Amino acid sequence: MPGDPARILIPRGHNVDPSLIVRMREFYGIDKPLLTQLFTYILQTLQLNFGYSFYYKTPVGHVIGAWLPNTLVLVGISEVIAIVLGFFTGAIAGWKRGRRFDIISTSFGLTTWSMPTFWLGIVLIMVFSVQLGIFPVGGVRTAEMIHASIFQQIGDWGMHLLLPVVTLTLVSFAEYMMIMRNSLVDVMTEDFVLTARAKGLTEQQVLKDHVVPNALLPSVTTVAIALGFIVGGALQTEIIFSYPGIGMLTYMAIEFRDYALLQGLFFIDAVLVIIANFAADIVYTYIDPRVKMQ
Amino acid sequence: MREKLVLLGRRFSGFWEVYSGNRKGVLGLGLVLFFFAIAALAGYISPFDPRKIDPSRTWSPPNSVYWFGTDWFGHDLFSQMIYGTQVSLIVGVFATLISMVVGTAIGLLAGYYAKLLGEFLERVIDFFLVIPYLPLMIVLVAVFEAMETPIPILWVVIFVVGITGWSSTARIIRSQVLSVKERQFVERARAVGASDLRIMFRHILPNVFPLVFANAVLTVAGAVLAEVTLDFLGLGDVTTISWGMMLHFALSNSAVYRGAWWWLLPPGVAIILLVMGFTLIGYSVEEISNPRLRGKKA
Repeated sequence: MPGDPARILIPRGHNVDPSLIVRMREFYGIDKPLLTQLFTYILQTLQLNFGYSFYYKTPVGHVIGAWLPNTLVLVGISEVIAIVLGFFTGAIAGWKRGRRFDIISTSFGLTTWSMPTFWLGIVLIMVFSVQLGIFPVGGVRTAEMIHASIFQQIGDWGMHLLLPVVTLTLVSFAEYMMIMRNSLVDVMTEDFVLTARAKGLTEQQVLKDHVVPNALLPSVTTVAIALGFIVGGALQTEIIFSYPGIGMLTYMAIEFRDYALLQGLFFIDAVLVIIANFAADIVYTYIDPRVKMQ
Repeated sequence: MREKLVLLGRRFSGFWEVYSGNRKGVLGLGLVLFFFAIAALAGYISPFDPRKIDPSRTWSPPNSVYWFGTDWFGHDLFSQMIYGTQVSLIVGVFATLISMVVGTAIGLLAGYYAKLLGEFLERVIDFFLVIPYLPLMIVLVAVFEAMETPIPILWVVIFVVGITGWSSTARIIRSQVLSVKERQFVERARAVGASDLRIMFRHILPNVFPLVFANAVLTVAGAVLAEVTLDFLGLGDVTTISWGMMLHFALSNSAVYRGAWWWLLPPGVAIILLVMGFTLIGYSVEEISNPRLRGKKA
């Protein structure tokens, strides 16, 4: 990536000794040939050493370690709510296909799906934080505030978290709902559903014991793929709400040409996506008795 | 040639008969055509010059002269909205073309060559399927911009959105090719000595094409959203007029804190309607080509 970090650290127009720049490039190891740099990077990454952030001037691991928990909390809470709510609504919508519930929930889902994440965040801030003054406009806690009790502290934290969580939940909800609805509609044409009805099961039993378990399978697979998109959603949400997570850190690292940090962040993104896919595979073996782990 | 045209026409009118019965599809087509019309006629219907800065008319809420109000610079927001349609559609359509070409080619190859090449391409598709595409796009645009190429930034954005958005197309094409290539006509074509390339493009591609189309329309929706996001983050060309740039400037000039809802709401609503339009068309074509999804009368 172009843009010399040494030039970012020493602002333009400052007259410095050229030997300082040379020493600086030497210190960060960016004076070596690209191939050597790549080799060093791979070797060090294998030892879980992600290098030294140009901007924060601390090891990359420390910077990411400090910001990652915030993102995990935000994404974790929103995705659990979105998946549960999405699957539940999608199942009912698919079951009552073409009826009012289906039309309303599908239209709602389509609207939130078509919405840019950052725009939803802006609208929520404008309405609830600026106009109504209910929620803080950003951050994770009120600055300089000394809390009387731990409950007050948790309350303050929750108030800061609520709008970002709502934003991320709404934009990911639709995807989960549509996946569930469409696979349910697909499953309902299968013969075993007819058999279940023919042997006198109630509609609830057919839905709960025969249709939903089968519709869950493709849904879980698609969730794992959708999680790659959540990284982008989280990035936008964090920027809008000035929420100190790795999404905002990524954006700042690009701004400051902090390559070492950026590489570390991409590594973490990749690890998180792989863990999520792995988790989806494990969940799959639980809900599908035909798949057995060896 | 004429016979072919007649056949094509008949096929299209058949498709249209089914399509026009799909209420969602007609609504989506209506929305998309509406925005295309606005983009094409921008020069005629916009009441003011969208670039004209007039300090005497800043922060004006919507009124009878400035229908959508004015911004901090004194731009007429209604005219900006009209011209902004052009960028969204240009990026959406051209980025999708790139995605379709790349996605179809990789999907065809991955499905047709089941052995080493197929396996390898499948991994590549998987990789691009789960990669967090927004950070990737941001970095790519930043790289191209820092390289100071003479290529306009608009085309950089189109290219980056295009080459990051092909994976779902490739996956769908691949799975279709896997089943189509086992059909008898492929074997027959091979028996009479057709080359791999000919089989792929003359025999398999036409059979998977309806899916390419449905997927392309959905890809446009994603590309429009991606372009808006990049512009909003300040990575687009700050001199163009686009919905994303309007939101970018609205936020950086604290429209949120001044309660300038007329600067923030119209671009967002327009994006929702346009993306929704493309998505509805995509769903409808999918429904028509996959009768199991077809509702009774939805």
